Amino acid sequence: MSAPVSKEGDAGFCWQRLRAFTAARIGLGSAGGSLPTASLLAFQLAHARARDAVHLAYDVDRMLAGITQRGWRALAVASAVRDRAEYLKRPDLGRKLSAESRVLLGDQQPAARRYTLALVIADGLSALAVHHHALPLLDRVVPRLLEWGWDIAPIVVAREGRVALGDEIAGLLPARLVVMLIGERPGLSSPDSLGVYLTYEPTLTCNDAQRNCISNIRPEGLSYDIAGHKLVYLLEEVLRRRLSGVNLKDEFDLLAAPTATAGLVE
Amino acid sequence: MTTYTHSIDGTGYRFEGLRVLLARASPARAGDVLAGLAADSARERVAAQIALSEVPLREFLQQPLIAYEHDEVTRLIIDGHDTVAFAPVSHLTVGGFRDWLLSYAADATSLAQLAPGLTPEMVAAVSKIMRIQDLVIVAAKCRVVTRFRNTIGLAGCLSTRLQPNHPTDDRKGIAASILDGLLLGSGDAVIGINPATDSLQAIIPLLQLVDDVRERYRIPTQSCVLTHVTQQIQAIERGAPVDLVFQSIAGTQQANSSFGIDLALLAEARAAALSLQRGTRGDNVMYFETGQGSALSANAHHGVDQQTCEARAYAVARAYQPLLVNSVVGFIGPEYLHNGKEIQRAGLEDHFCGKLLGLPMGCDVCYTNHAEADQDDMDTLLTLLGVAGCTYIMGVPGADDIMLNYQSSSFHDALYLRQVLGLKPAPEFQQWLQHMGIFDSAARVHRLGLDHTLLGLTGPVGA
Repeated sequence: MSAPVSKEGDAGFCWQRLRAFTAARIGLGSAGGSLPTASLLAFQLAHARARDAVHLAYDVDRMLAGITQRGWRALAVASAVRDRAEYLKRPDLGRKLSAESRVLLGDQQPAARRYTLALVIADGLSALAVHHHALPLLDRVVPRLLEWGWDIAPIVVAREGRVALGDEIAGLLPARLVVMLIGERPGLSSPDSLGVYLTYEPTLTCNDAQRNCISNIRPEGLSYDIAGHKLVYLLEEVLRRRLSGVNLKDEFDLLAAPTATAGLVE
Repeated sequence: MTTYTHSIDGTGYRFEGLRVLLARASPARAGDVLAGLAADSARERVAAQIALSEVPLREFLQQPLIAYEHDEVTRLIIDGHDTVAFAPVSHLTVGGFRDWLLSYAADATSLAQLAPGLTPEMVAAVSKIMRIQDLVIVAAKCRVVTRFRNTIGLAGCLSTRLQPNHPTDDRKGIAASILDGLLLGSGDAVIGINPATDSLQAIIPLLQLVDDVRERYRIPTQSCVLTHVTQQIQAIERGAPVDLVFQSIAGTQQANSSFGIDLALLAEARAAALSLQRGTRGDNVMYFETGQGSALSANAHHGVDQQTCEARAYAVARAYQPLLVNSVVGFIGPEYLHNGKEIQRAGLEDHFCGKLLGLPMGCDVCYTNHAEADQDDMDTLLTLLGVAGCTYIMGVPGADDIMLNYQSSSFHDALYLRQVLGLKPAPEFQQWLQHMGIFDSAARVHRLGLDHTLLGLTGPVGA
């Protein structure tokens, strides 16, 4: 049967209508209790696509160009990982800067200045995700923050990075708050899902409970507008409450957002 | 600290303390290499396994792997140890324990009586000198039964968690996946949603959605929205219909702290869930997920290998009498479990250790797209777990979780396993499926008419 309901044409129509509300693989039909051939092969193809996507290289030059086109400053760094194969096996190295990148970031800020916010765009497990979604998301966030006078560090483009790489970057810039935009692990239906992690006062011993996360940012998932709105809201809350992570939930009010001289725009 | 030694072909191998011995004896996997804990050679691994086989079980009580003063999980393990239950095996070494587990004397009754006398370290140790078939046969002898609105874990049963996740928590999308799952006989362990958004405002409507569906069709099952435990406590305080309280847990205090929890918080959550008295068959109100590598991932493993850390998480779980516990074995990624072979072994170890410690152990048979694994690997693990008597597996539409971005088991996978091994859902759920005309008397899926009442589940859209 083509679906677990009886009248062939009507059954297909029914599932087709339901598929308008989800990309989940519903109404696949069955052969006995098992998957019918077409559904089985469709899955194999999706997996093949995802496998190929995992190994796509990060186009750092294109990302830098996109940032500078917007009139923002940018820096390129790399983690201590040598290549993609090592990235997959050694997350510890993906959380540390390469020696050169550490020097580069350390040299950025000779004065005792501390940015309010560091923004990092890392490839993570899907360069495709940051290629597609990182800048459209920042377009909905950065101009607003600049308007409010936030002191934002040059945007850091980080190759072969993990979430915690942002902690070291924020420490060197230095910045009070770090937002990491990173490619999430590709799913069969979503090879390009972007994740965003916020950490207040990041240190090298931070754990995940100290971070807030916005996940699945892509047009088919969480839209740029909603994700951007949420990110701005969380940024304000984090600064007001002077904390991030699980303790931030459902606690509001207090203080005003700090102001400082512009740092992102030259 | 005791030094353990063994010589092979004139080469002496020394292992300083139980932590090192356990780690070196552990069958090869990426996470232990990453942590710098794995054996350097195949011979060193077997030397460690032989030395480990000669260690008396009592020694695990005398030498905690993580200091009693510094870790509340260690304190839970040591303080909660039942010496009376331990008595039947207290004279044995790890190797002798393996032989005893395989003996005909070890049956469902004696294993259930023994469970409170075992520590996670003993169970992890013996698993390291067991082959796949040993892990399967011993786990298959264990019987752990839990209850909330139905009965989970009876002999001859395989349950499923219906996992209808949606990337934006769209209610109609989630309802469509629930419909698909129910029509394929899934959902007796729990209908459990991982929300995309971790906020109270997001989870309360989801709790309401599943509860409405369950009430409307009188489905003998339970629901859960898998968010942080603090959110669920708040949801309970606001009067939301919370059946099971979920939390991810790990095997060290520090790793749990990285999840934003401690043992006191779990006790608070359980008390909150119990206060609602929503269970009709029993009061197992907790649902836990675990996974090898979580402690290392939080840099909180204290030099303990990932499989032993995982077993310690089960000591945490059993303190709260959960309805369901499962390892999400392949979710964590290839830096911890590199390929299909490592995922398969880990899944069977987790199931074995959990069952031996008295837990209603299921498994999320799964992998990610950056691991060296595919559907054939999952079929192998699924089949082995079915033979081992796994309590439940996941049911995800087409095995593709579009929110968490990984591949789990599908509704069809459960039908396959039930058919090939003659397994059935929980009896109350089985009865409901037959009453609704979804299963026939041989537990095969029926073709349903478009006028089927369940199609109303998705509202006017699906009707």
